[in-house]
Amino acid sequence: MILLRLALKSLFSRAVTVSLTIFAIALSVALFLGVEKLRTGAKASFADTISGTDLIVGARSGGVQLLLYSVFRVGNATNNVTWQSYQDIASRPEVDWIVPLSLGDSHKGYRVLGTTPAFFERYKYRGGRSVTFTQGAAFEDLFDAVVGADVAAALGYDLQDSIVVSHGVASFTDHDDKPFRISGVLEKTGTPVDRTVFVSLEAIEAIHIDWQGGGRSQNTISADQVRQMQLTPKAVTAAMVGTTSRLKIFGLQRWINEYPQEPLLAILPGVALSELWSLIGVAETALIAVSVMVVITALLGMAAMIFSGLNERRREMALLRAIGARPWTILLLLTTEAALMSLTAVTLGIGLLYTGLWLARARIDAAFGLYIEITAPSPREWLVLGCVILAGIAVSLLPAIRAYFLSLADGMQVKH
Amino acid sequence: MKAAIDLNDVAFTWQGRTQFTLTVPNLTVPEGEKLFLFGQSGSGKSTLLSLICGITHPQSGTIAVDGVDLSTLRPSARDRFRAERIGVIFQMFNLLPYASPLENILLQLSFAPARRKRLGNPQEEALRLTTALGLDRDLVLNAQTTELSIGQQQRVAAARALIGRPRLIVADEPTSSLDANSQAAFLDLLMQQCDEAGATLLMVSHDARLAQSFDRTLDLADIARAERRVA
Repeated sequence: MILLRLALKSLFSRAVTVSLTIFAIALSVALFLGVEKLRTGAKASFADTISGTDLIVGARSGGVQLLLYSVFRVGNATNNVTWQSYQDIASRPEVDWIVPLSLGDSHKGYRVLGTTPAFFERYKYRGGRSVTFTQGAAFEDLFDAVVGADVAAALGYDLQDSIVVSHGVASFTDHDDKPFRISGVLEKTGTPVDRTVFVSLEAIEAIHIDWQGGGRSQNTISADQVRQMQLTPKAVTAAMVGTTSRLKIFGLQRWINEYPQEPLLAILPGVALSELWSLIGVAETALIAVSVMVVITALLGMAAMIFSGLNERRREMALLRAIGARPWTILLLLTTEAALMSLTAVTLGIGLLYTGLWLARARIDAAFGLYIEITAPSPREWLVLGCVILAGIAVSLLPAIRAYFLSLADGMQVKH
Repeated sequence: MKAAIDLNDVAFTWQGRTQFTLTVPNLTVPEGEKLFLFGQSGSGKSTLLSLICGITHPQSGTIAVDGVDLSTLRPSARDRFRAERIGVIFQMFNLLPYASPLENILLQLSFAPARRKRLGNPQEEALRLTTALGLDRDLVLNAQTTELSIGQQQRVAAARALIGRPRLIVADEPTSSLDANSQAAFLDLLMQQCDEAGATLLMVSHDARLAQSFDRTLDLADIARAERRVA
């Protein structure tokens, strides 16, 4: 008890160095916890990129590849799904709803997705949130387009603006004969939806109707003419499927994977997402490693601070010895001081983190679409915080043991 | 009568960059005596005090304090023995700067439970002692230790040494930082309180003028031999 009081008073008497040391540890602790929160937030956001969809169907390839091109609009499909297969799947009794996805074109670097207005109802993210329009509505006219939040922000688009879709993902040929009009702008979601231009499935068919084998044919068909034509697509790239019951997912998945007319692949988005995340996991480990090193650096700083104080405190220790303190008491006094500093630093670090989170959460969500939940530290985080305090005590043992031997050697008088 | 301090054939060697050896054939201080030990700096007086306080241990010979042979005690018991039976006053740096004067006095008791038990109210006893030593009650209670003058600090140190009535007061040049006028006043008060507590007083100093009021004066050079050799 007396030791605790002495340690506190001694720390208060060195308020400036002590508080700087504590602040350094607190910052490192806040950084560590912040990285943890961002990491779990990013992981959760990532896993929540698509929810509410039971199966994603595409041509047979790899699960991660299908997920990448259908949801993240990264890379290209190797093959399409014929309209006949799509119809067959859609007519299965297990299928509650199905949304076609037709990819392949782009607009100023952003992917163009041909789909149905049902997409905006069925696409869910972050545990069941729906996509909403900040302006306008889904496409009604054949040449209506809906743009994601990033597209609208980056290109400065507004309702009624006219845009032209380019053929392919990296080409300079434009479908300039059939321009689109923006009918809706979507809210920021933090998902690939933000970087997508949406048009109707029929529109994709319409802009390619007079194209053959990657080039424009001689017999051009004007935008007005195309409105009178039958615009049933021959194929789609992929489809999002919802089943009538969760129990039917695997049965339907097997049926699709064994579909005899065409090699198809149906994946569970959650499974493919966690597969994909495990690929990114290396970066996660690197982040943790860096923040752990920052914590260690701060703790070593504290050990250095205690060390540098030892010389000027030798008289204090000699005095304590003279009035009856055991060398052990001296050692304990120094470790108690370190324990108090670490404890204060951890508490302050937690405070810094939650204040920071509370202040920055809305901004992070708006800027990166990364939603960080403010929750109490997880058991794992408590464990780490406990380890920080223990490590603080452990590093203080170095100067404390030195003090122990110094006080044995000095006795009652400091020899110079 | 039991001797407060009894040293026989003590030899102590300190091996540092230089080798320092102190030998004391015999030193006996009867209980209740006020002994002035005269010693120039380098005569080994600090070492002698460390030996008597049980902080350093002789390679040979016996040291008995208050009838207890220190060599029979384990290191932790020696620390406890020192806390319980001896009060120490140094020339300077007697107090923890970050603790208040009162806390500095009471700190002694937290290492010496038996001394505390002797007192009904430790704080009142501390204030009684400081008042007797000429310190303002308000100063002891409210001032910062760092605000005190050296004279005031020495009085606080004396109160700490005396609280709980230890058997022996060891003072190492306690007045050397004080001016001539306060030296005498401080010593008078210290002796008075030693009498009251029934404590033996052993004071070492290089200032022979202070010896007058003591019961006995010894020259360290007569009772001990100090040798230094470059290793």
